Amino acid sequence: MTTPKIQLIGVKKRFGPKVVLDGIDLTIDKQSSLVVIGGSGTGKSVMIKSVLGIIPPDEGTILVDGEDVTHLRGAARDKVMKKFGMLFQGAALFDSLPVWENVGFGLIQGHGVPRKKARDIAIQKLAKVGLTEDVAFLSPSELSGGMQKRVGLARAIAADPEIIFFDEPTTGLDPIMADIINDLIVSTVKDVGATALSITHDMTSARKISDKIAMLYGGKIIWTGPTGEIDHSGNPYVEQFIHGRAEGPIKMAVKA
Amino acid sequence: MNFFATIGRAVLTVLAHIGRLALFTGRALAGVASPPIYTRLILSQMLRIGYYSLPVVGLTAFFTGGVLALQIYLGGNRFGAESIVPQVTVLAITRELGPVIAGLMIAGRVGAAIAAEIGTMKVTEQIDALTTLATNPVKYLVVPRVVAAVISMPILTAIGDSIGVFGGYVVSVYNLNFTGYTYLKNTIDFAHNDDITSGLIKAAVFGFIVALMGCYNGFNSKGGAQGVGNATTNAVVTSSILILAADYVLTALLFHK
Repeated sequence: MTTPKIQLIGVKKRFGPKVVLDGIDLTIDKQSSLVVIGGSGTGKSVMIKSVLGIIPPDEGTILVDGEDVTHLRGAARDKVMKKFGMLFQGAALFDSLPVWENVGFGLIQGHGVPRKKARDIAIQKLAKVGLTEDVAFLSPSELSGGMQKRVGLARAIAADPEIIFFDEPTTGLDPIMADIINDLIVSTVKDVGATALSITHDMTSARKISDKIAMLYGGKIIWTGPTGEIDHSGNPYVEQFIHGRAEGPIKMAVKA
Repeated sequence: MNFFATIGRAVLTVLAHIGRLALFTGRALAGVASPPIYTRLILSQMLRIGYYSLPVVGLTAFFTGGVLALQIYLGGNRFGAESIVPQVTVLAITRELGPVIAGLMIAGRVGAAIAAEIGTMKVTEQIDALTTLATNPVKYLVVPRVVAAVISMPILTAIGDSIGVFGGYVVSVYNLNFTGYTYLKNTIDFAHNDDITSGLIKAAVFGFIVALMGCYNGFNSKGGAQGVGNATTNAVVTSSILILAADYVLTALLFHK
């Protein structure tokens, strides 16, 4: 039995009186693509940020390649982060830097690649997400939302990471651009042989980019299974979510 | 009961802020002391913090020097001591007004800009993105700004001091019938090195305060545009208050006999 790429064991996190994660157990196998679905405000973002060390969990353990990374800081944390790439919901491009420097940022700062070489790699990665060389010298604010997502994707894959996180990759995009981004995710993840963890509430996207789906509700993973079985889960929560029904066991908290 | 709860909550909030600020300061200082050092970023921040602040600092210094000369003249006039204008002007500027006014102008110009920029980066997840790209946000964002401000402020203040003295000179010579030679001679003979260096030390501390408070408030901003607005206001207000408080403490320490 091989070590899973990422493992969350009993991860808990609360903000004041509000319990966001109430003991998350999740396993992601090497080179697989897991999508976590769940409504807005169910703690999906907090979960991936806890793996990245941005929001350290209160309790529980996070293993990456079998190594406990839960409380790593400083240089040890930076070293683990080199395995990761992440596409943020709003792309989170650095608006003070041109597009190519955004894409090459991790190479220059994290891996010590010379600027000129990083620029060449950045242009190659931009080509992979369907952007031409002239985009490389624009500022991120000059790009449309879809193009920013593509640049964000190019930045996430620039350093050939072993693990890529996608935070709501299709939110805010039109259906066609969303599908293009989905295709790019599938092809880029396969290309670099990466392990992928995505969070989304877009079921079309979830079905397309995942091997396995897990559902987060009430701070716990309430269902996990292969993508093909999601329609026969027999779980009323999952049923309600994937069919987008207002009536069902899930009560939306209107007030955060 | 409610009254005491309110006081208690306020005290706890203040204590939590002090604790968080102390931790943040520690992280910033640790960042200064350990590699990597981003020289390129330090230089570009020095350009933004120092060079582009020259017009503002120069203008305010000029008018401060001018009004000082005028007030000292009018006050000295009451007991026949008008001739003391150059001496008091240079002392007041190098020891106090040069660094303090430069500090307050920088708090408004640079502290606000730092808080707004870092605050926006925070709410748009750019700071999280730095972490995922194996880059320590404190080292990448805070250290260059703090180092640049600590280096730039004494230089800015030295230039501001000269312009302030020149402002006093202009008013005295063209308005108050001083001769240019006597004015300059009295200025130079009277000012000690201590007067100038104490002002420059203050300037470096003020630079540290402004950059640190700008970064701290930016890093702790939340909740979109309004949060960034609050961070900016807090950065300017807290650094202005801290500058004046630190000014008193530093004066007491530097001129302790």
